[in-house]
Amino acid sequence: MEDDPKVVLMGEDIGKLGGVFRITDGLQKDFGEARVVDTPLAEAGIIGTAVGLAMRGYRPVCEIQFDGFVFPAYNQIVTQVAKIHARSRGRLPMPITIRIPFGGGIGAVEHHSESPEAYFAHTTGLKVVAVSNPADAYWMLQQAIACPDPVVFFEPKRRYWDKADVDLDVAPPPLFTSRVVRAGDDLTLLAYGPMVKTALQAAQAAEEEGRSIEVIDLRTLSPLDLGPVEESVRRTGRCVVVHEAQTNLGLGAEIATRVTESCFHSLEAPVLRVGGYDVTYPPSKLEEEYLPDLDRVLDVVDRAMEF
Amino acid sequence: MQEIVDPVPGAGEPHLPAQPDLVQLLTPEGERVEHPDYALDVTDEELCSLYRDMALVRRWDVEATALQRQGELGIWASLLGQEAAQVGAGRAMGTGDMAFPTYREHGVAWTRDVDPLHVISLFRGNDLGGWDPVARRFNLYTVVIGAQCLHATGYAMGIQRDDAEAAALAFLGDGATSQGEVNESFIWAATFSAPVVFFCQNNQYAISVPIERQSRVPLFQRAAGFGFPGVRVDGNDVLAVLAVTRAALARAREGSGPTFIEAFTYRMGAHTTSDDPTRYRLAGELEEWKLRDPIARLKAHLSRSGKAGPEFFAAVDAEGDELAVRIRKGTLEMPDPAGTDMFDHVYAEQTEEIAAQRAEFLSYHEGFEQ
Repeated sequence: MEDDPKVVLMGEDIGKLGGVFRITDGLQKDFGEARVVDTPLAEAGIIGTAVGLAMRGYRPVCEIQFDGFVFPAYNQIVTQVAKIHARSRGRLPMPITIRIPFGGGIGAVEHHSESPEAYFAHTTGLKVVAVSNPADAYWMLQQAIACPDPVVFFEPKRRYWDKADVDLDVAPPPLFTSRVVRAGDDLTLLAYGPMVKTALQAAQAAEEEGRSIEVIDLRTLSPLDLGPVEESVRRTGRCVVVHEAQTNLGLGAEIATRVTESCFHSLEAPVLRVGGYDVTYPPSKLEEEYLPDLDRVLDVVDRAMEF
Repeated sequence: MQEIVDPVPGAGEPHLPAQPDLVQLLTPEGERVEHPDYALDVTDEELCSLYRDMALVRRWDVEATALQRQGELGIWASLLGQEAAQVGAGRAMGTGDMAFPTYREHGVAWTRDVDPLHVISLFRGNDLGGWDPVARRFNLYTVVIGAQCLHATGYAMGIQRDDAEAAALAFLGDGATSQGEVNESFIWAATFSAPVVFFCQNNQYAISVPIERQSRVPLFQRAAGFGFPGVRVDGNDVLAVLAVTRAALARAREGSGPTFIEAFTYRMGAHTTSDDPTRYRLAGELEEWKLRDPIARLKAHLSRSGKAGPEFFAAVDAEGDELAVRIRKGTLEMPDPAGTDMFDHVYAEQTEEIAAQRAEFLSYHEGFEQ
């Protein structure tokens, strides 16, 4: 916000309160009410007015309070934000960042634990990323805001309480790149957002059983950066995708298809998925059963190794 | 006699009820009248040029409808009957103001110097936009009903932040007033006192559904509930529309917030060339509105007052014929877009995925040429 006076934050309760997760805490005090805007309570209004501000040369950063509340804005995101660059042949860029806390695991009520990323990754014209840790969140958000295209920015709400040092001296990688977060030889485990931590824990547990698992944090969901994934799978011959979202027509389905197409001759086993069940997100007493955890990831890893 | 079932009490009332508070400066007979709140100083030359704009826009519209009938356009949304509302609103705008049209604002496009062929390219299927919205200060047509009202409001919030002396003019129809996003835009505009004017052309029908199914109160009265002024103007009176819109834009520019204008008019043609209005409205209704024709009304005024003679009208007719020829010729000669066009503007920063599909597309088609 100091670097670019055109950056405007908009959302519900992001001013005095600092957002329900306190992500914008103190910013209104520092930058004023014109740049940190507490909006009326209507998500389509937040995104629709962001479109108009972008047309006027501003760079809006919109906060959707919870994943399940993005749908009133879905029309504006899909029919307007995603299409205006193409409709105008590039004359109207849409450098809008839409931040969405997503995923479960915090014992919340209905509509507060969802993983709607596939809807947006499916929409041409949007770019979609998911962060997994505090250090990445720092530079990825900066790059998302600087990006000339609209970016849907997913923040894993159960990782909001994680802490890490950010090395400000290291030049960050480009935004739309995946990263090998743990090297291994026997199987490639793909994850993003909240599941990266779970995947790393699973890899650690598997190592104790003598299995060497490579973990890749996808980071970008649209476009996908499958170069490092393919390089890895060609070595390991096995691939498992994990996400919180339901597996039916989820990101895992697309990734499995692409990995199969590009690495078919290297695969020792079909690409397997582990994710949420294809049910309505359950009440919080059941979410531990619903969400993939270390044991369910290891179970699928075992199945992949058995081929 | 067939019993009429009235699903909502009062909804079966006759269409076109008596109209309260209609701002009018020119009667349907072409008589110039004064209104206490809306004075308008207009020279004879300006009157003639307003007539010329409306007549040429109608000629363009007629030609486009014919081109659609001949298979040259996929569809056309006619503005027949709404020329005064659109030309009046468009001519009220200042150079720094920005218009946010629906898909029927050809008359406003004309006043913003958008080439009719650029509008036609959209309906011919050559383009998704067609013109430079920044250079013309006229946003691209928005097909999703009411979505542009939020864009106009956000744009107006940008004007506020720029401390600029300008306003946004959002166009919408009567049907759009039922959309949640339109109501959200009213709330945003009111709470931030944004310099935006909502210009609603109430043409009485949302395709086939009459206004009574959208609102149980006159539309302009809704504005009061949101906390800003609403005014109903005779949408077939170009002078009244010009005066009312000018005043609302001036009010917005000086920081006094939004205004809702209901231009009371009538869509004399079909919703689009795919529509059949004989299924849902009576012929007599159209006949009644023909008596309020916006162009005939100004012509009567110009003729009777001696401000323009037969030579002027003949000259405008000739200009209209030339325009029609240009539109016809330009449409028939319009080259099809290149197939690779669809890949080129999806993103500001092209993705490898789409670049690869573009290359695949090219090599696939090159395969046929060999």
